[in-house]
Amino acid sequence: MDVLNAFVTLANFVIIPATAYGAQLALGALGVTLIYGILRFSNFAHGDTMAFGTMVTIFATWGLQAAGITFGILPTALLALPLGIAATALLVIGTDRTIYRFYRQQKAKPVIFVIASLGVMFIMNGIVRFFIGVDDQRFADGERFIISARTFRDMTGLDEGLAFRTTQGITIVVAMIAVILLFWFLNRTRTGKSMRAFSDNEDLALLSGINPERVVLITWIIVAALATTAGVLYGLDKSFKPFTYFQLLLPIFASAIVGGLGNPLGAILGGFLIAFSEVGVTYAFRKVVGYLGPEEWQPDGLLQLLSTDYKFAVSFGILLIVLLFKPTGIMKGKSV
Amino acid sequence: MTRGFDPKILMLFGLVAILFVGTGFVQSWNTALTIFNMGLVSAIMALGVNMQWGYAGLFNVGVMGFVALGGLATVLVSVEPVPEAWSAGGLQVILGLVLGALTIVGAILLWNAMPKGRLRGLVMLVVLLAGFTLFRRVFDVGVDAVESIDPASTGFLGGLGLPILLAWPVGGLLAAGAAWIIGKTALGLRSDYLAIATLGIAEIIIAVLKNEDWLARGVKNVTGIDRPVPYEVDLQESERFLGLVSNIGADPVTASTITVKLLYAALFILVLGLLIWLSEKAWNSPWGRMMRAIRDNEVSAAAMGKDVKSRHLQIFILGSAVCGVAGAMMTTLDSQLVPGTYQPLRFTFLIWVMVIVGGSGNNWGAVLGGFLIWWLWVQVEPLGLLLMQGLTAGMADGNWLREHLLDSAAHMRLLTMGMILLLVLRFSPRGLIPER
Repeated sequence: MDVLNAFVTLANFVIIPATAYGAQLALGALGVTLIYGILRFSNFAHGDTMAFGTMVTIFATWGLQAAGITFGILPTALLALPLGIAATALLVIGTDRTIYRFYRQQKAKPVIFVIASLGVMFIMNGIVRFFIGVDDQRFADGERFIISARTFRDMTGLDEGLAFRTTQGITIVVAMIAVILLFWFLNRTRTGKSMRAFSDNEDLALLSGINPERVVLITWIIVAALATTAGVLYGLDKSFKPFTYFQLLLPIFASAIVGGLGNPLGAILGGFLIAFSEVGVTYAFRKVVGYLGPEEWQPDGLLQLLSTDYKFAVSFGILLIVLLFKPTGIMKGKSV
Repeated sequence: MTRGFDPKILMLFGLVAILFVGTGFVQSWNTALTIFNMGLVSAIMALGVNMQWGYAGLFNVGVMGFVALGGLATVLVSVEPVPEAWSAGGLQVILGLVLGALTIVGAILLWNAMPKGRLRGLVMLVVLLAGFTLFRRVFDVGVDAVESIDPASTGFLGGLGLPILLAWPVGGLLAAGAAWIIGKTALGLRSDYLAIATLGIAEIIIAVLKNEDWLARGVKNVTGIDRPVPYEVDLQESERFLGLVSNIGADPVTASTITVKLLYAALFILVLGLLIWLSEKAWNSPWGRMMRAIRDNEVSAAAMGKDVKSRHLQIFILGSAVCGVAGAMMTTLDSQLVPGTYQPLRFTFLIWVMVIVGGSGNNWGAVLGGFLIWWLWVQVEPLGLLLMQGLTAGMADGNWLREHLLDSAAHMRLLTMGMILLLVLRFSPRGLIPER
C-alpha cells in the first residue's frame, strides 16, 4: 500500500494533463457558447478560427525570435498572442460583415447560418493550410518544466516522478485570467450586461435600446480572443497542426452542449468534464492500482478501459448520455 | 405538378458534359473517365444527403461514417475468409461482441422495466460495468489470437468470399443499421444536436476501422479487393479484345484501361439511374408530399396525425443507406479499403457543397451538383498551379515566395469550395436547379 506514489502517478498522468486540456477545451467551448447565445447558431468554423489565430501567433513568434526578442523563461508566443487576437478579431468581424450579417437581416433559420459557417470553415481551413502548410509546428520555447520528474523525485524521495510542464502551468493560469475577465465583463460592465440581456430576450433588449450590431461586434471580438487563446495554449501544450484543430470541434461542441449551450459557466464545467473523462477512460490504471493494492494483487492487464484512439468516443458517449437524459445540458442552457 | 422537361436543366447538364468532354480532349480520356466515375459515386452520395436534407430538412454531417461503412461491407462480403484466424479466435471475437450487445440490450430493458429512482441508476451502472468487464475478458483474447495469425498479410478474419456486387446492398444495410441507432437517440432533438451527434459517430466509425485490425486490418489496409469487371492485364492478353482493338486501330494498353473504366461507369450509371427513378417516384408520391409537409411545418403535420419522429427516422435511414451503397461502390472502384483516407472535409462537407450548389430538394440538382463539384474539386488543383505559375512567372527560380506559392497551390481547392458554397448560398440559395 503506497498511497503517495499512487497519487503522484495519478497526478502526473491524469490530473495535470486533464486539467490543462480541460482549460483549453473550456476556452474553446466558451467561444462556441457565446456565439450560440448571441448569434443563435452552432459555429462549425470555430476550430478553424482557433487554427487561424494560432497561425498568426506562430508567425509573430517567429518574427520576435528572429528579432532576438524572447520572453525569458516564458514562451515567446505569449508576447505574440495580442497580435494573433487582433488579426483573428479582424477576420471574424470581416466574415460577419460579409456573410453572417446578410442572413441576420433576412432573419434566416439557424441552420442556414450553420451551412454558411461550413463555407467559412472551408475558407479558413484553406487560408491556414495555404500560409503555414499541413505539417506539425512546435513553437514553445523558454523553460520546459516548472518541476521536472527528476527534481521532484530528488526533492521528495518518492519512486514516482511528477512532471509539471511550463505550458501546463501557463495554460491553467492564462485560462483562469481569461475566465475571470470574461465573467467580470459579462456581469459588471454595461456592455456585458447588454450582451446578457440580448442573449436572454432579443425583443426586450431591442426595445430597451440596445444596439444589436454593437452587441454582435463585441461578441465576435471576445470570441476571437477566446479562440486564439485556446488555440495558442493547446498548440504550446501539444503542437500545432491544422487538422487536429479541425478535429477539436467535436470535444469543444461536446463540452458546450454537455454544460448547456448558451451558458458560459456550463461551458467551463463541460470542458473539464470532457477532458477528465477522455484522459481517465483512456489511461492505463495498472500502476496506480499496483501501488494501492498489496503486492500479489498486481493486475495482469493494463486496466485501460479504451485505447487512446477512441478518445472521440468518450466525448461522444458523454454527449449522448446527456442528450438522452438531460437535453438542455447539466446547467440549464437555452435549447430544445 | 406536371413534369415538363425544363430546358434550363438540360442546358446545365450539357455544360457539365462539356466540362468532362473538354477534360477528355485537353488532358486525356482516362483522366476524364476517372473523374466521371467518381462523379457518379459523388452524385449518389449527394442523392442520399438530398433525401435527408431536401425531403425532410435533417442536417446530417456524418456522411463520411456511412460511406466508410459501405467500404467496410466490400471487405466483409468479398474478401476470402481466413480459416486459420477463424479457428484461432474467430468464434471468441463473435462471442465477445454478442456479450457486449447483450449487455447494452439488457441495460436498456432494465431501465425500462424498473421504477424511477436511485436504485435504477445504480443497477444500470453495475450491469454496464460487469458487462463491459466480461466483454473485454472474452473479446480481447479472441482479438489477440486473430491478429497474431500472419499479421503481415492477413491478421484479420477476412470476409465471406461472396461476389463483390453483393457488397453494394450490404453496404447500404450496414449504413442503415448505424443510422437507426443514431436516429433513435438524436432525432427529435434540435437540429444542431443531430449535426454534432452525426459528426461524432462518423469519427468513431473511422476510429473503429483504423484500430480494429481483426475486422479489416486497420491502418494496414485491405488491398486487392475483387472487381466486378475484368483486369486490364487480362484484357490485353485476350485474343478477342486485341482483335477488336486492332480493328479500331487503338493502342491496346490505353484501350484496355478505358474499357475497364467504361464498364465501371456502366455499372454505376445503372445504380444511379435506379436510385434517381426511385427517388423521383418517392418525391411525387403521397409519401413525398407528406415528407415536405413535415419539413415545412412540423406542428401542423403532427396535427394532421403524421408521426413526425418515425417519418424522420425512416428518411434518415434511407438517406444513410444510399450513402452506404455509394461508399461500397467507391471502395470497389479503388479495390482497396484505406481507413486513413477518410477525411470529413472530403467525404462529409464536400457532399454538402454538392447538395447546396446543385439545389436542395431536387434530385436532379443533387446529381448535377455531384458531377460539377467533383469535377471542380479535382481540376482546381492543376488550375491553381497554373494560376500560381502565371503569377510567379516573373520571379527567380529559387525565390522562397515562389516555391511556397507553388507548394501551397493544392490548398486552393478548399478556398474555392468555400467561396462557391457561400456565393451560391447568398445569391442563389435554392441552388442551380431549384426545388419544383
